[in-house]
Order: sequence, then C-alpha cells, then structure tokens
Amino acid sequence: MTTSIRLRGWLGTLLIIGLFGLVWHWLVTGGVGVDSGMDPEYAALMGAAAQGGSNMPGPVDVLATIWMHITSPLVYPGSSQPGLLIQIAYSIGRVLIGFGLAAMVAIPIGFVIGMSPVLNHALNPIVQVLRPVSPLAWMPLALYTIKDAEISSVFVIFMCSLWPMLINTSFGVMTVRQEWLNVARTLEVKPLRMAWRVILPAAAPTIMTGMRISIGIAWLVIVAAEMLVGGTGIGYFVWNEWNNLEITNIITAILLIGVVGMTLDTVLGAAARMAAYSE
Amino acid sequence: MSKRPTISVEGIKKVYRKDDGSESLTVFRDVWFNIEEGEFVCLIGHSGCGKTTMLSILAGLDSASDGVVIVNGKEVSGTSLDRAVVFQSHALLPWMTVRTNIAFAVESRWPTWSRDRVHAHCQQYIDMVQLTGSEDKRPSELSGGMKQRVGIARAFAIQPRVLLMDEPFSALDALTRGSLQDQLMSICREQRQTSFMITHDVDEAILLADKIILMTSGPEAQICEIVENTLPSGRTRSDMHRHENYAPMRNHLLEFLVNRSVSSRDALSSSDYDTRHPPLVRPTTKTPPRLASRA
Repeated sequence: MTTSIRLRGWLGTLLIIGLFGLVWHWLVTGGVGVDSGMDPEYAALMGAAAQGGSNMPGPVDVLATIWMHITSPLVYPGSSQPGLLIQIAYSIGRVLIGFGLAAMVAIPIGFVIGMSPVLNHALNPIVQVLRPVSPLAWMPLALYTIKDAEISSVFVIFMCSLWPMLINTSFGVMTVRQEWLNVARTLEVKPLRMAWRVILPAAAPTIMTGMRISIGIAWLVIVAAEMLVGGTGIGYFVWNEWNNLEITNIITAILLIGVVGMTLDTVLGAAARMAAYSE
Repeated sequence: MSKRPTISVEGIKKVYRKDDGSESLTVFRDVWFNIEEGEFVCLIGHSGCGKTTMLSILAGLDSASDGVVIVNGKEVSGTSLDRAVVFQSHALLPWMTVRTNIAFAVESRWPTWSRDRVHAHCQQYIDMVQLTGSEDKRPSELSGGMKQRVGIARAFAIQPRVLLMDEPFSALDALTRGSLQDQLMSICREQRQTSFMITHDVDEAILLADKIILMTSGPEAQICEIVENTLPSGRTRSDMHRHENYAPMRNHLLEFLVNRSVSSRDALSSSDYDTRHPPLVRPTTKTPPRLASRA
C-alpha cells in the first residue's frame, strides 16, 4: 500500500515535470511570439528575439547543456576554465568550512548559555539584535578587516550559520527534562559526565534541528556571497554566465544548486534521526 | 531501641514564597519521624500535603525551609548515592537501553569497576526484576510496568542504604501494580532494604509497610499519627485479607483518609499533641480505631 502511494507519487512528479517542459517548450518556440513592431535598431540588437522567437532557451537546449556539463565536469566545455563540478565544489567547501567553524563555536557556547540563566539573560539581547542581520551585511566589514575575499565569504557563512545553532543548542539544553537531571543528581554524577551523558543526548535532537536550519541558510547565502566576491564558486558562475547571457548555463546551475541543497539537508536529516529518541 | 535510626526527620517545614516574596504557603510543618534500619515506611496523605516535596527533601533534591533530615548520623545537604530514588514517572533516560540505564547508575556508584564487572552486576539486577531478554530494548519499547521495573532495578543496583519511592506504581493498571508490589516486597524483605514510600493506595501500604505515617491535609499539613502494621510479617497479597487484623487496619486507614485527614487538623492544634512524638496506633480486632487514636 505504501509502495503504491510512493510509486504513484513518483509518477506524479514525472508528469508535472513533463507538463512543465511541454508548456515551456511551447512558450519558447513562438507560441506567443508575434511581430512586436519594435525599433529596427533594437530588433537587430536583440537578434532572434525580434524575429518572433525568444532568446529564452527551451527545455531541449537546457538538457543539452546539462549533458555537456555532465560529460565535462572538470573543465568548462570549449575552454580552459574550471567546470561546473569544480565551481560547486568550491561552494560546498566554503559552506562546510564556515558551517563547521560555526558549529564548533555555537554548540559549546549555546551549551553554556543553556546551563546558566544569568548568561542567557546577558547574551539574549545581543543575539536578538545580531540574528536578524542579513549575513551579506557583514561582507563589507569582513572585506575591510580580513582583506581576503576567500576568507570573507567563509566568514559570512560562519555568521549566518551561527545563530540557529546557538539558539537551538541553548534552548535544547535549557529544556532538558528536570526528572532526567534529578536522576543524575541522585546518582551524584559529576558535571562533565552529566553534560556528556545526560544533557547532550537529551538536547541532541534540538541541536540537530539547529544544524539543519543553519546549513540550509548557509547554502542560500553562499550563492549571493560568491556573486559579490567573485573568483570561483557556483554563485560566481551564475553571475558570470549572466554577463555572458548564457541562460542555459544559469538554469543548469540553478538545478545543481537545488540538488546539492537537498543533498546537504538529507545528510543532516539522517544524522538527526540517529540523534533522535522516542519516549 | 537505643540504636540510632537510619533516617531521622527532625521538625522539617516547607514554605513556598510567591515571586515577590510576600504571600507564602506553608505546605507542611513540624514533621518528625524516624525510619529504623531495615524498616519499610509508607506515607499516606491526600494530594497537596507535600508528600512529593518531603521525598525530594529526603533525597536531597529539595531543601527544607526549616528543620533537618539526618541519614546515618549525617545531616542531608544534597543528593547522595546512599539514597536511591524510584521516581513516579520512572525517569529512565530514553536514549539508553535498559542495560545502559542501569549501568549508568552502577558506573556512578563504582567508577573504577571494569566493564565486565558492571555488566555482570547489571545483569544480576535485570534478572532480579525479571527483565531478562529485554536488556537491549529502549524504554519506548517497554510497557509501563516494565519501565518501572527498570527504575526499581536501577535503584537497587547501586545498593543504597535507603530506598525512596514516590508513588512508583500509581501510573500502572491494577494487575501490573499487584505483581510489582509482590516483587518489590520479596526483594525488600530478602535484602532487608530500608525503604520509604509514598502512596495513596491503602492496600499497598498494608502489604508493604511496617509503619504507616498519616499526614493531615495541606496546607500546613502535619503528621496525624503513625500506624504500626499489625499484620504478620509473612503476609502476602493473596492471603493478607484473611487475617483478622486486616479489616481493622484497612478501616482505620480508610477512615482517616475519608474523615479524619481534615477534621483532625484542628484537633491537633488544640489537644496535648506532641509534634515530636505523634501518637502511635496499633489497630487490631481488640482495639477499635477510635479509641486507639488516643493511645
């Protein structure tokens, strides 16, 4: 029964994608293209678009481009530039470094905040002010102080990954069930062992949720950060292709960004399931 | 008895203040009682008389507003491995298996033990509560009764001087409760375990307790009297109701819970009632409970 639901779901997905592709194809191949009576000079500039068609590539063009990138992942087809796989690897690398550093800072600090009501009250206003700041707003400050584009983009990822993990960790630690703490207290468990064996496992699901939110945000932000900083990465790639007006490449990159984002979330989702417990 | 009691509760009082510190609520006051070595004491009273608070104070999880609790000659100033607690809600750690839950306690008690020794020790107590075969299950996979058995095994496994139990069976169905009472009774008798248990089940108290402490209703609850169990020590759940003293015991306790827990509050303050030595009652067929209460 569940397999049949899943199977029908998959068929539905394929159907929707197929329909979308057909409509797209129809729109691009002149379904709406009529002579617009535009200025002849502008028309010359616009090329095919002025002849009633559209410069917007169709699904077939995009599929061809995707295939091109699949067959040449390391080198940009027809050039010596790094290929799409290299670009996305740069982005993933930055996200993982920034996210990893943020986790190393946010989880221990969140733990301490969760344990100490005073510290919680002291830091809460600061966190509440800094948290809603768009991570890209840190970019100029980072560039000015760090003077390195590469590290600055990692820093921006660090800043945006920090808050969800910090807040979730402290919340998870703060809300550990009193009876579990009481058990540990009656057993005279030492503070470090208490943190490691009782509080951390009890708060783990909440911490994992924070990590999942963080990596999602980090992946959103890296594209914009790389557009600003340039050089390498999938965000830079998208912006560069926009300057080259290579729309098929942009669409390919969008799909790739989506697939990688989904993969990152799936991996953390699996880790979250390992940390989960049922009562 | 010249021997010093295992637990001596001396004039404890608990006051809850509101956040602004003004209005305060005295839950109980002037509570004095002793628990001798190897004795099983039950505390009966209506909700709101501070039973759970009192157990928390005995465990060291909470502190009294006034008075002291002395265990083995030392004043209680915090929790201790000498006093194990069986919580009402079993309080097992859900991410640990049955064995790890117990091992966590055993490792706390004897940090230097080898893994094999901890393992063997845990197994002994898992077998004792008849959970052999469920060692690697998590609490979510166990029934309510099995969970509470793990809680009991965990408490016994650290071999405490005193076992403190807060209505351990109240969340269980009658059949499970009965079989757990039997198990607990045989284990406690075998190990001569000094125990203190809160309950509101009269039959449970008659079956398990050597001594039953009756608390008046709160606020400002006090010990009304201490009832000595007049049934023979070899009693079992299946045969105790045939004993001639069963009816007087049960009637005395029920009558207290239904009628006297409130009315006796005023009587206590007016009469020559001595808070340090609450009246000791032994309900039997020969002494009607009403008269005995003045003994």
